Amino acid sequence: MSDPGLAVEVRGLVKRFGDVEAVRGIDLDVAAGETFGFLGPNGAGKSTTISMLCTLLTPDAGSAQVAGHDVARERDAVRRNIGLVFQDPTLDGYLTAEQNLRFHAELYGVPKALVPERMRLVLEMVGLWERRGSLVQTYSGGMKRRLEIARGLLHAPRVLFLDEPTVGLDPQTRSSIWGYIEELKRREDITIFLTTHYMDEAEHCDRIAIIDQGEIIALDTPEALKASVGKDRVQLQVDDAPAAIAALRERFGLDATIAEGHVTVAVAAGEAFVPRLFAELGVPIKGVSVARPSLDDVFMSYTGTTIRDAEASGGPDPLMRMMAGRR
Amino acid sequence: MAATTSKPAAAPVRIAVPPGGWRADLRGVKVVWQRELIRFWRDKLRIVTSLVQPLIFLFVLGGGLANVASGGTQGIDLRTFMFPGVLAMAVLFTAMFSAASVVWDREYGFLREMLVAPVRRGSIVLGKCVGGATVAAFQGILVMALAPLVHVPYSAAMILDVLALQLLLAFMITAFGVMAAVRITQMQAFMALMQMLVMPLLFLSGALFPLSGLPHWLAVLNRLDPLTYAVNPIREAVFRHVEMTASARAALLPGITWFGWQVPIAVQVLVVAGFALAMLSVAIVEFRRA
Repeated sequence: MSDPGLAVEVRGLVKRFGDVEAVRGIDLDVAAGETFGFLGPNGAGKSTTISMLCTLLTPDAGSAQVAGHDVARERDAVRRNIGLVFQDPTLDGYLTAEQNLRFHAELYGVPKALVPERMRLVLEMVGLWERRGSLVQTYSGGMKRRLEIARGLLHAPRVLFLDEPTVGLDPQTRSSIWGYIEELKRREDITIFLTTHYMDEAEHCDRIAIIDQGEIIALDTPEALKASVGKDRVQLQVDDAPAAIAALRERFGLDATIAEGHVTVAVAAGEAFVPRLFAELGVPIKGVSVARPSLDDVFMSYTGTTIRDAEASGGPDPLMRMMAGRR
Repeated sequence: MAATTSKPAAAPVRIAVPPGGWRADLRGVKVVWQRELIRFWRDKLRIVTSLVQPLIFLFVLGGGLANVASGGTQGIDLRTFMFPGVLAMAVLFTAMFSAASVVWDREYGFLREMLVAPVRRGSIVLGKCVGGATVAAFQGILVMALAPLVHVPYSAAMILDVLALQLLLAFMITAFGVMAAVRITQMQAFMALMQMLVMPLLFLSGALFPLSGLPHWLAVLNRLDPLTYAVNPIREAVFRHVEMTASARAALLPGITWFGWQVPIAVQVLVVAGFALAMLSVAIVEFRRA
């Protein structure tokens, strides 16, 4: 039997699509009440993993328990205990928000007496109570996402899965969605498991797993992950990048790479390094930026590339990765 | 900290979502059925448009051909003769549309909301089929209301008989459509397939012509068409209440024969029910795998 303190327990989980191994034997534990982030570029295996945890895909090897139930053998029990918010909308636009929620409540067998109160609670939480009678097709993208979150919570799940909850939304809506998630953590006794490919969003999580090409390459708190990098990131805008990289190696003994179109180098004290850079590099510099370690740097230090570049190049075989990321 | 003080005084809600079983499945059937009704009722345009085609067949085609056909209908108005076929047709088109909603649901993602719910997938398919049948039978009633316009008197027995047959027919068609919709993921492809199938099936069923004196090849195809076994009982139910000479009855309502054996109405209805159940089963199996 699994540890009751764990909301999610994954051991050696594998999923293949034909010859492609989309998820290559991952292990992870998520404690009850934790907000756990799954971070990685598109096609890294995030959605495939979440689909297996939600019983939508059957694992090819390994095991996973969600809310104490095995995802392969006790599918219905898992489904009763989880809430899901998908990347793509799954609402019925021809029904009102209220009808969408009623449909869900009945499908999940929420006791009739509890439905009105629960419905009001979740709709007020996402600020849609006043609009409950409107057809969902009249909603904006952000409102739809909020309604999906409300619906995912309606049956008071023990684990809420959010697959890219803010993808495709404008920055303002994104931050308001995060507001709801923070609020949710305070109000309900719930474990949140989310995926994102936005580095800044991962900072909202208690712990983060960084996944790349189907494997977990780092798993810790955001702070610990950033501390593990420890260095500032200095980015140079130059016309002659190869010359700048060569000069950095020659004069400072630093290994620079090109990331997001700029020569990038990690140094312990970035600001103090800048004056030396201008004085000694010997290659014309058009601009310099210094950044404190972020999760971007964590990703970079583990994979040698930034998450954006990983998505742009798509890794070893972009088509295969794309397919692997599909559910 | 703020995070702890703002915790509500009451303990967080614990809703025990009940375990599965037939109650859960019944709930699944019910909500999917209800949703079909709500959506149908919202879509007033669809109610009207799916009436247009049967009406065109009945009054435009029937009215226009009445003169040429008068010799073959034994003094019966062609529109009267076509009426049972049109009753079947109204149901056919509406049920096809209901089945198409599975394709829409997939396209708009709602299908996934149903697929991850803790109910058996079979109950979702069944809900769709019952919903499609209900909606189609409603359309059937609208067309049935036109009976006096084509010299068919109202009769409670006729209406009930026809309604029951329409429900069964609609159920079969929706099950067939859902079965196809599990595999076909694009609306255009689904509609094209339905167009390709519906018209031949409708014409072959004898909805628009009597089954007597057909060329052999046509008679064979007619017996193979499942719609035949729904159209003929509907025609029997209607014609029972229409006055006509014995020779007219023999010519217009020869019944269905299998190698010379006169197939009883009950067997015909069983054929339709059998087809419906078979298609429902296939649809459920396919849906489980989807």
